[in-house]
Amino acid sequence: MPEPILSIKDLVVEFKTDDGIVHAVDGITYDVFPGETLGIVGESGSGKSVSTMSILGLIPQPPGRIASGTAMFKGQDLLKMKKRQLRRFRGDELAMVFQDPMTSLNPVLKVGFQLAEMIKTHYPKESDAKVHERVVDLMRMVGIPNPEVRYEQYPHEFSGGMRQRAMIAMSIANSPSLLIADEPTTALDVTIQAQVLEVLKTVQEETDAATILITHDLGIVAELCDRVIVMYAGKIVEHGDVHTIFQNPRHPYTIGLMDSLPKLTEDEEWLRPIPGQPPSLINRPSGCAFHPRCFLSQGRLKCREEVPALRAVDAGDEHRAACHFAEELIGRRSKFAEPVPAGGAS
Amino acid sequence: MTELEREADGTVRVSDNVAPTQNPDLATPQVPYEIADDATVAAGLEIQTRSQWDYARRRFFRHRLAMLGLIGLIIIFGAGIFAGHVAQYSFEEIDLNNILHAPTLQGKHWFGTDNIGRDYFSRVVFGIRTSLEVGVVVAITSSIFGLIVGAFAGYFGGWIDNILMRITDLVLTLPALAILATASALLGSGNQWRTTFILAAFFWTGIARVVRGIFLSLREKEYVEAAKASGAGDWRIMFRHIVPNTLGPIIVNGTLAVGAAILTEAALSFLGFGIKPPTPSLGVLISEAQTSPQQWWLTVFPGLVIVLIVLCVNFVGDGLRDALDPQQRRVRA
Repeated sequence: MPEPILSIKDLVVEFKTDDGIVHAVDGITYDVFPGETLGIVGESGSGKSVSTMSILGLIPQPPGRIASGTAMFKGQDLLKMKKRQLRRFRGDELAMVFQDPMTSLNPVLKVGFQLAEMIKTHYPKESDAKVHERVVDLMRMVGIPNPEVRYEQYPHEFSGGMRQRAMIAMSIANSPSLLIADEPTTALDVTIQAQVLEVLKTVQEETDAATILITHDLGIVAELCDRVIVMYAGKIVEHGDVHTIFQNPRHPYTIGLMDSLPKLTEDEEWLRPIPGQPPSLINRPSGCAFHPRCFLSQGRLKCREEVPALRAVDAGDEHRAACHFAEELIGRRSKFAEPVPAGGAS
Repeated sequence: MTELEREADGTVRVSDNVAPTQNPDLATPQVPYEIADDATVAAGLEIQTRSQWDYARRRFFRHRLAMLGLIGLIIIFGAGIFAGHVAQYSFEEIDLNNILHAPTLQGKHWFGTDNIGRDYFSRVVFGIRTSLEVGVVVAITSSIFGLIVGAFAGYFGGWIDNILMRITDLVLTLPALAILATASALLGSGNQWRTTFILAAFFWTGIARVVRGIFLSLREKEYVEAAKASGAGDWRIMFRHIVPNTLGPIIVNGTLAVGAAILTEAALSFLGFGIKPPTPSLGVLISEAQTSPQQWWLTVFPGLVIVLIVLCVNFVGDGLRDALDPQQRRVRA
């Protein structure tokens, strides 16, 4: 197994609010390997964005606070780094694509200038001509037509899809080794989503950057990711490679997520939502945070009293789930599983 | 212009910045107005590459009052700037044959002469120059200082904001004219630059507050976060990314400050705390005119010029305010 490029251990991020301390991220551990795409899924408020923002030092402190944990990146702990040092990493080694391309570009600066800024921030000695050339190349790479013309334009002259392309171009400007895409397609309509995902894919292939893709769209995960982390209430509830998770989910929440999606090849009259509401992070349910909504728990005491640990559930160490009764799910296949070949079940 | 892009799989797709290709079968019945040919469509696209400054300029030039004000200012300030060429006499030249002469075309004393026979037109024109210098320098220095104070307060927030804004509030609550009068009395009136400095020390507060407000709202914007994520430092974010967004209000405020500073300087000089004669400033001229109340031209001309300057400055300021408002796309008559 290759060395992970980013290794997060026991990360805890808290926010102080008037109602008490919110544990937005509650002890998560994961690795990102070079060249792979790691998907982080979960509903709003599950801590998926906060977990990545905190390693970039982008959560506002206060009220936010990184209570504990390490994030080793190229042999250095990002969480203990000095501000200035971390800043040098941001945008160079670690880059981010934001959710909303409509508001992530500065309206009064030319798009080309903003892209050039990204390079100039980190390589101030680079000549203007060279930077300009690089920016035009980048714009071409992400599929912005007429880059020379587009260079001189302002964000309001770009369509949403084009802006997100520009944002992607900006994030890869300095050839980062880790790219974090925080719901890169949420603000776009479906046809543009597909194009932008395509761009993201090409860009990743060309730059060979490891990518963390934060999303709540399982379709995107299936399309782009190698491995998936499912988060619920600030914790990782399931972790494994995409294929395994889609075929044999081992956490009731993951199953619930998949069941709630419509499947086009089947004739379904109703969607099956997960009952209940996401938990308040101030008053987390005791034990397993998912137990009040869980079809597997059925009021079992262990679910209410004991916090389940993330443990290997299948052969090997790769597929992990945090459920006391994960074994009961063996043999239960998600509705996205491929039909069982005759004569055997997994 | 490449209008069609060939995708990897060979399909041809219209790139998104190009007007929809015109299918003659569809276009003719659906579009009621005449369709421009390809050349004009292309030309239309060129024109759309217009910056916000271009839009602002167009809006400003169509703003009638602002244009009127601008023309007025160009004439008045032009006379001030080229005072040496416009005026027939120097502001100190004494014509003993014509003391307190009423305005006349004879000898080119258009605005008459004062009580020691100096040509009043020349004095007014040189007065404009002094007042203009004071007004512009006050506006520029106070804008820059206010911008810096407001930027720091709004961007960093917390205790920095608290301290800077309490200082701003303190300056705002002081009765400016009384303090100005005391300060110039203590430091001694006379020097034009000292008066300018004292005025600037009071004028920055308004701009500081405006800039702080804008920074407070803009620092939460996603593009600021994106800039942070791209590794930009605080200085770079403040002055490269946020300040360009504040230029509109700063320009408007700065323009209005020119008028206000000229007015305040006139008031100070009138009270005898500002610029000391013989350097003429508009306020000094009115102040001197008090000694000869029957000679109306001594008060009316500098007074009229002050009124005109302030009026024109305000018209221009209003026009700029309308023109630089990015929310406003329409051109106002």
